[in-house]
Amino acid sequence: MNLGTRKILDRSFSAVGIGSIAVMGIALLIVIVPIVHNGLGAVFFTETIEHRNMLYNEFGKGDKAELDKENAAAEAYRKEAYSLLARFETEMETMEPERQQEFRSKYGPVQTALRHLIGPLPGDEEAILTRYRYGQTRWEKAEEKLHELLYEAKWDYSDPNAMAKEYFVSRAAEFEGTSLVKLFPYVENNLDKMLRPRFTIYWGFLTDSSVDSHIFGGIWPEIQGTFFLAVGAMLFAFPLGVIAAIYFTEYARDGFFTSMLRSANSTLAGVPSIVFGLFGLAFFINTLKVSESKSVLAGSLTLAIMILPTIIRAAEEAILSVPKTYKEASLSLGSTKWNTIMTVILPAALPGILTGGVISLGRAAGETAPIIFTAAVSVGSAIGIADVLSSPTPALSWNIYNLASEHEAAAEIRHVQYGMVLALVSIVLLLNLSAILLRARISKKLKG
Amino acid sequence: MQMTADGRDTSQKEQVKTATRDIYLPSERKQISGGGIPHVTAKDFSIYYGEFEAVKKVNADVLSKYVTSIIGPSGCGKSTYLRAINRMNDLIPGCHTTGALLFDGEDIYGKFTDEVLLRKKIGMVFQKPNPFPKSIFDNIAYGPRLHGMNDRKQLAEVVERSLRKAALWDEVSDRLDRNALGLSGGQQQRLCVARALAVEPEILLLDEPTSALDPKATAKIEDLIQELRGSYTIMIVTHNMQQASRVSDYTMFFYEGVLVEYAPTAQLFTNPKDRMTEDYITGRFS
Repeated sequence: MNLGTRKILDRSFSAVGIGSIAVMGIALLIVIVPIVHNGLGAVFFTETIEHRNMLYNEFGKGDKAELDKENAAAEAYRKEAYSLLARFETEMETMEPERQQEFRSKYGPVQTALRHLIGPLPGDEEAILTRYRYGQTRWEKAEEKLHELLYEAKWDYSDPNAMAKEYFVSRAAEFEGTSLVKLFPYVENNLDKMLRPRFTIYWGFLTDSSVDSHIFGGIWPEIQGTFFLAVGAMLFAFPLGVIAAIYFTEYARDGFFTSMLRSANSTLAGVPSIVFGLFGLAFFINTLKVSESKSVLAGSLTLAIMILPTIIRAAEEAILSVPKTYKEASLSLGSTKWNTIMTVILPAALPGILTGGVISLGRAAGETAPIIFTAAVSVGSAIGIADVLSSPTPALSWNIYNLASEHEAAAEIRHVQYGMVLALVSIVLLLNLSAILLRARISKKLKG
Repeated sequence: MQMTADGRDTSQKEQVKTATRDIYLPSERKQISGGGIPHVTAKDFSIYYGEFEAVKKVNADVLSKYVTSIIGPSGCGKSTYLRAINRMNDLIPGCHTTGALLFDGEDIYGKFTDEVLLRKKIGMVFQKPNPFPKSIFDNIAYGPRLHGMNDRKQLAEVVERSLRKAALWDEVSDRLDRNALGLSGGQQQRLCVARALAVEPEILLLDEPTSALDPKATAKIEDLIQELRGSYTIMIVTHNMQQASRVSDYTMFFYEGVLVEYAPTAQLFTNPKDRMTEDYITGRFS
């Protein structure tokens, strides 16, 4: 191969390499940017007075006097809307039955849309579900709902070969000639006065429990559950993993039995996580009966089994990377094998072992499948530390899936989903970052 | 027949030719009172790596309080022999021995020998300086602590004594709490000597202790060996024949696992009895 070809080959290889890294980076950005942007929206957003009312009623947060004043101010503008409704209702009484019928069926959706916007109307019964007791708590959602009030969505089925098309009809036009016509421009122009939007930083998203299955409130139960599960898994897996790694590297003799154990370990590392989930259900809950049903304990044990091979591998690598000379030096001073392991080998291998441990912790925090059958519930309150043996818990990973796919009002609470994703990603990233820092720090200490 | 350093030799060939290469020889070395007792005795001692016989039927007495060097070309089994004495070869899978190797009359490879106690009495310094990634103090105190010394004051005494013996005290006395890996290579190696001395061994095994050091640091280690001569039985494996001639009282020459010649250093270098020895020390092969 001549010089020219070699250079072209090297350059094109570098180009392909840089290209693939760039593709990965762009893909990561495409994923991360919306997560960060929308996720931050769960904490930083423009809240309405409904949000402040909800916080006061559900969590006791906020100043009562201040809130009363604000409510009075908002009420002043809402009254006009309510009286417009009342006037239209009396007007309908006077209509001919046919016309009245027509308007009644159109009037219902208007009421509903207004309820969604600014909360229960005068004369409504107290709703059982918390979500119906308040109007829109987020200003950008309120603007969406305003559109629903102003326009009726209709579907165009005229072309049987194409998908139906959505189009909007102005409700003002539908109520042309009645007193209700005034309602629509009034609400449109005075919505900000009725809802009093204000920018807020809602840290409670991270520390409050959820209200009415995540329609309001925060994600503390999920964060706490994730923490319990991951830490619980580490409590079981870390000591066992390190002990197994010490056995493999220091005590096991090379032979059939050891190589079987090693390949079993590698195989275990490659088993799909859902299999661990089913195993956890079958073994820990049904066979061993560690708990009557799902529990943090069963979930932690399942996660522990799942991350054990990774921890063993990482610890083994770390121990093997300790220079043999340390071991020789220690033994030549009359140290026992056990003492050498405890005082020389493990301290020197600690950075690697801890890195493996923290990365496994991150994995345990992020896994969904193993906890579906063993620990996770979709909605629940934060459990106490005493309940971990018997209670299931919500957890970030499982609730992200649940909120995005199975939640009845999935579209209404996108910000909660994104907030959860951001929280989970941050937790895992922070764990990995701390692993890197920890490693750097211990390595520095060892190197002097 | 037992080969001893007194020149009783099993080799058949009589060699009278002197070495042609110039070798520095120290002036008459002093006799050591209380020394010269067989300390490590090999009887038909062989070492195998699996099937391979790395050291073949060695018969030799190493005399106490003297410095004995072991020379020979690479792969001749000299390091293997040295590491057999404190059973460091146990770490190598498949390594086993036949014959007997006695330390103070007791079989090193005996069924009931505690290798941990043995290693306490037979210290070792390795080719590459290998201080622990701990402070200088903790490095030296590692051995004494292992053997049950916990009193800080006592430990400080041992550390100082060991560092003084290793001629390192003046250089490091003000930074005992610093990490030992921050020392220079030569200092690290003397630290390793001090660490070995801190457990008060009877024998000190040096496995090519200067091969990773520069000439200046090498000279210091050699001086140190001279200082320690008379207090400890010292065995040193070296590639450097000048070093062997400078520091040792007796020299063993190994070739392909066989102990070819074992004689007082001056005699071995000026008047080798074996043809092979002569060829090696005159640089015909290496």
